[in-house]
Amino acid sequence: MTSAASKTGNWELVRRGIIDENTIFRLAISLCPAIAVTSTMRNGFLMGVAVLFVQVMVNVSISLMKGFIHPRIRLPIFMLVISGWVTITDMLMAALAPDAYRQMGLYIQLIVAFASILAGAEMFASKNSVVKSLFDGIGRGTGFLVALVIISAFRELLGKGAVLGVPVLGGARPLLIMVLPAGGFLSVGLLMALFNWADTRFLKKEKGR
Amino acid sequence: MHHEFIKLFELVVGASLVNNFVFTRFLGLCIFFGVSKKMSTAVGMSITFTAVMMISAALSWTVFTGVLVPFHLTFLKIVVFIGIIAGLVQASDTIMRKVAPDLFRTLGIYLALISTNCIILAVPLVNSSENCSFPESIAFGLGSGIGFSLALVIMASIREKLELADVPVPFKGLPIAFIVSAMIAMAFAGFSGLIAE
Repeated sequence: MTSAASKTGNWELVRRGIIDENTIFRLAISLCPAIAVTSTMRNGFLMGVAVLFVQVMVNVSISLMKGFIHPRIRLPIFMLVISGWVTITDMLMAALAPDAYRQMGLYIQLIVAFASILAGAEMFASKNSVVKSLFDGIGRGTGFLVALVIISAFRELLGKGAVLGVPVLGGARPLLIMVLPAGGFLSVGLLMALFNWADTRFLKKEKGR
Repeated sequence: MHHEFIKLFELVVGASLVNNFVFTRFLGLCIFFGVSKKMSTAVGMSITFTAVMMISAALSWTVFTGVLVPFHLTFLKIVVFIGIIAGLVQASDTIMRKVAPDLFRTLGIYLALISTNCIILAVPLVNSSENCSFPESIAFGLGSGIGFSLALVIMASIREKLELADVPVPFKGLPIAFIVSAMIAMAFAGFSGLIAE
């Protein structure tokens, strides 16, 4: 993987993180916040930005430190670096966006247990240069951000009839269930099925040509 | 004493049914969707998780109130809790291997998956942010464990049947599992009035 990854271009890495290896829709890991904080688009966006920040910072710092970490103790070191950056993000969020923090503080702290961030550190940043790791982090983080924004836009539109708090559906009555916990599961399930469907159609077309 | 017991019982019921970790707080979803395909795995996972949750709740309460609060180090709680859980998992791995090799053979593989799992870490984080007492922390750990086990067992029994069902192709696998959990979540919403706040 190392040699293959070092040949791939920087933007190729970003594209891979967003589309081919999208954390939520493709790998189906780190799902908890994807449902927990996506009842409004604003919260989904903020959570996505927090994850993007942690992912990029962890990738860069692990890549900088990779020469000094003994392979046998690498996992505890990675966890230490990740929890350090999560603590910083936690404090920043509490100071900069106190309203949103009150609703999603627990989930910000739980970024520390994200499989995708540890995977980025273990599989990419510990083997590649700082610049490559930076772009890999941007790709993975943006993939997560995009997925959260899609899910939360879907839920806010159907559940509250609004986009970013601005009502758009006119007089139509919104479906309350979509902002309740059950709606979170329902929308992720429906969106995943939609992407599967689009994928098979698209691939079939390609094969036909 | 009697009053205290009722309060603890309320906490267990509240954490397991009303605020079920999976269906209202959306924690432990990776495990919930990952291991709910077979009943036997689901049961093994439930037992291991409940035990680890209770013990880690007790240990982290002790460290949090005994060390972090008096020395004003509460901002370190994420790092410390992760360390406690990883240490606990490693220790129980070693102890089980020596003391109960049979049990280790059935439950050992689940232990390895636990150390960086959000649902385990959430217990001490919630306990510390709500300033729970020692028995309250353990009751919350127990309730969360029971709630997670309940969710896992319900889901596993449905998914075993789902294997045989004729599901539309784009919905096969994870999407239908999400839709099923949406329905279970609706049922769990019915528990919300069970305990008066």
